[in-house]
Amino acid sequence: MSDQPAVRAEGISRTFGEVKALDGMDLVVQKGQVVGLLGPNGAGKTTMVRILSTLLKPTAGHAEVAGFDVVKQANQVRRTIGLTGQYAAVDEYLTGRENLRMFGALFHLTPAYVKARSTELLASFDLEDAADRPARTYSGGMRRRLDLAASLIARPEILFLDEPTTGLDPRSRLGMWQVINDLVAEGTTVLLTTQYLEEADQLAQDIVVIDHGHVIAHGTAEQLKDQIGGDRIEVTVHDSAVAERAALALGSVVSGQPIIEDNKISAPVSGGSKVLVGAIRALDLEQIEITDIMLRRPTLDDVFMSLTGHLAEDETQRPKPTRRRGARRR
Amino acid sequence: MSAITVGRPVASRRPIYGWALHDGFVVARRNLIQTLRVPELIFFSLVQPVIFVLLFAYVFGGAIPIPGDGASSADAANAYRQYLMPGIFGQTVAFAAAASTVGLAEDMSRGIIDRFRALPMSPSAVLLGRTFADAVRQILVLTVLSITGLLVGWRINNGIVSAILAYALLLFFAYTVAWVGAWIGLSVPNPETANTAGLVWLFPLTFLSNAFVPISSMPDWLQPIAAYNPISTLVLATRELFGNPTGIQPNYWSLDHAALYTIISCAVLIAIFAPLAVRKYRNATAR
Repeated sequence: MSDQPAVRAEGISRTFGEVKALDGMDLVVQKGQVVGLLGPNGAGKTTMVRILSTLLKPTAGHAEVAGFDVVKQANQVRRTIGLTGQYAAVDEYLTGRENLRMFGALFHLTPAYVKARSTELLASFDLEDAADRPARTYSGGMRRRLDLAASLIARPEILFLDEPTTGLDPRSRLGMWQVINDLVAEGTTVLLTTQYLEEADQLAQDIVVIDHGHVIAHGTAEQLKDQIGGDRIEVTVHDSAVAERAALALGSVVSGQPIIEDNKISAPVSGGSKVLVGAIRALDLEQIEITDIMLRRPTLDDVFMSLTGHLAEDETQRPKPTRRRGARRR
Repeated sequence: MSAITVGRPVASRRPIYGWALHDGFVVARRNLIQTLRVPELIFFSLVQPVIFVLLFAYVFGGAIPIPGDGASSADAANAYRQYLMPGIFGQTVAFAAAASTVGLAEDMSRGIIDRFRALPMSPSAVLLGRTFADAVRQILVLTVLSITGLLVGWRINNGIVSAILAYALLLFFAYTVAWVGAWIGLSVPNPETANTAGLVWLFPLTFLSNAFVPISSMPDWLQPIAAYNPISTLVLATRELFGNPTGIQPNYWSLDHAALYTIISCAVLIAIFAPLAVRKYRNATAR
């Protein structure tokens, strides 16, 4: 199994009653690679991870993890994977150390190994001081770290991380990113799901964008950015009421459909800084007052927007539906 | 992350009793640790049976005659206490099923069940561990109840061996109903429903038995139902083993072979509900 990919999924579909959560999803993760599964809530990310980690059976399609069939050889798959879900899957009343020992024992590893490995993981994840306290006394970030430690007890070849930082504060998120990057440096294959474009950009070499249960784009962050063209112009007007008019005015200088969000207009352009001058002239002609104007490389936000026509982060859960960046859920 | 000091994972050798039991014990240990860390849980699981002992012993005691023991009216209350305690034991171990229902429903509502299901462990371990731990907890409950009973005048009259057999039978029954409770816990949509669903079948089941009143005092049409209720035979067998008054038994095979009928019932119930629960567990996803 040296040359085969860590994960190979072909035509995976999964329906829940009437709802098609996955619809012919293909996915390949090479060994040692970090692949980010990017998509909004309900795109099918979690369903895909649950199928690959044997928690759910696909209604159609075929998937192999480490060369084992996820349906027919579920137990062999379980021996090679680690899974960290969206919710910290640890026992609240057990201490951090007891949790790790329990999962190690259930992995059928020797007590001596489990003991040493637990101590090592607790130290690595900065949980030494809390090791002998019940997990319910832990902060959200500590629980996530314990949860991740629990999935690493048997040194899995392949790690599934389902929204590993959802609900964490920015500091804990950075800590989590560090931990994940360290694991990757050690050679662990990682498939992570996220709805944060920034996170996919930070952690994953290869990004698979999914929406409505199938892949809509695939590539490195750079490739995806190139796919929607070069630079983008971003204009901020003082009043969102004039944004529509500003977009219209920009029509002659930009090279693609402008996107309006609140009082911000962004659009792909070609021609570098000359465009800036043209844009300012066009706006001035319409007597539109602007507060900011800039040229920038496209972000994954733009990629998602241009691919799907809607934003990556889920609208219903965000405090303000119109703000895009800087808005963090919970 | 610090440098790696621990080598590759080392797999344990398969224990002679098999992985299912090994994993079941690991989960049972977790459930028992939980119990120790929430002393309130133990406290309240003891309060109800103790209150029942006191209520029945002092409030209803003299009002429920035990026929056939020829006790004088002055001894009636004491005779009833002798009669009552095995009934309370039987009721208490039956109600242990509710703890399995709620405990499992709570487990299923938490993320930890996903981790268990993604581990290469035995699929029945979570249920084996739950039922085993719930039965073990009954050792403590039965101890406290026995002490309460001794304080209100109950006595063990048939020697230590019979008494141990009586307790063993009670624990086997506790283990059996834990499987029924586990199956219910896996069938309900959430822990809130589990609270009701876990108890609702236990009231008719325990009161349609000889736990508190003799079967001979029931209407004719009800007698066969009570006679073949395994709680009746459990309580009757326990009374016989403790040497407590049994009252006059109507003529039913189950009552003539109370211990045997109880053991057979338990075996049949486990044979039905354990596979049902394991199948439900395998198909369940965390809710």
